[in-house]
Amino acid sequence: YLVPNVELPSLCSERFRSGPPGEEAQAASQFIADVIENSQMIVKEDLCIANGKLAWVLYCDIICLDYDGNLLDASVFALLAALKNVQLPSVIINEETGLSEVNLKQKTPLTIRKYPVATSFAIFDDALLIVDPTAEEEDLATGTVTIVTDEEGRLCSVHKPGGSPLTGAKLQDCITRAITRHKEVKKLIDKVIKSIMPK
Amino acid sequence: SIPPFLSAGDTSVLAGIYGPAEAKLSKELPDRATLEVLLRPKVGLPGVLERSREQQLRQTCEAVVLGVLHPRTAITLVLQVLSDAGSLLSCCLNAACMGLLDAGLPLSSLFCGVTCALGPNGTIALDPTVRQEQEARAVLTFAIDSSERKVLMATTKGSCSVEELQQCLATAQRAADTIFQFYRDSLHRRYSKS
Repeated sequence: YLVPNVELPSLCSERFRSGPPGEEAQAASQFIADVIENSQMIVKEDLCIANGKLAWVLYCDIICLDYDGNLLDASVFALLAALKNVQLPSVIINEETGLSEVNLKQKTPLTIRKYPVATSFAIFDDALLIVDPTAEEEDLATGTVTIVTDEEGRLCSVHKPGGSPLTGAKLQDCITRAITRHKEVKKLIDKVIKSIMPK
Repeated sequence: SIPPFLSAGDTSVLAGIYGPAEAKLSKELPDRATLEVLLRPKVGLPGVLERSREQQLRQTCEAVVLGVLHPRTAITLVLQVLSDAGSLLSCCLNAACMGLLDAGLPLSSLFCGVTCALGPNGTIALDPTVRQEQEARAVLTFAIDSSERKVLMATTKGSCSVEELQQCLATAQRAADTIFQFYRDSLHRRYSKS
């Protein structure tokens, strides 16, 4: 299974104090866990080594280095890029001793089935929508919406934690924009991964 | 007075509202009231899920409560889950709204929570039970406001297509009428004692 954890250290912005994770960090961690679960990007069976005995646990620590708004979008991209880079070493279970032997030389990449991409909008006074808000825009906004789509145009998550009300038509507008943005972002991620892959 | 206690099927949530009371100096806002939501699960300590739900409930309430009428105060909303048989978040939303009404806080509109479960064969079930939620492809919860039936809050679990979302939203908006009627009836009963 996967354990996502979003950390907002005081390094990234003066609004976060050091100490136990605040509400924003916890809500973001829950959101990432939901996205992973809803989009089925990693099937838990892929992480199984031996049925009923041994399985991989992936701890995903998403640490914010610089906070300028739109935390959720950036966290989802970072997670996606990191998971694409994951190499799981092969594990053989010794039948006699029952212990596992990890072979670090033989690694297989993780299979990612879906590519969810998040798009956030800031709402101003029920009328104006701004994509990819900065911290200043978020502070002044009366609400936010985050839409997560996958490559088939299916919605993995619609996250609108309160804030000013939206009509169904406006929500539909956000969703269509999110689907267009998904294509651009996916191209960007593929390009970046290819450039850092060892030849 | 009897605190607002909302029971939908077998899911019940108890809401307690405290405020507008004096706020701690670190938390007070100069021009509006500070809203705080505490969600206590039935068993165990509140975890990350409760925090996420608290944030959603808080921002939904902040959108309707006229905080500018009570600057530098704190309004605390405590929700205790008594039993969970499905549709917990929408039950919490309804309990919160009735609590705010009962406390007499100034609100710009009412809101209600509706949960839709998308079954494997495309059927939409409103206010699903735990079993329906588990079997469903997707579970969507909306908070609908009373003035223009707009969406105040939306959360989805599982994936669905865009058309299915719109269908669920339309169904939820229609169901909201029944819930608002229920609010009116229960408040009428409460305040028309002879």
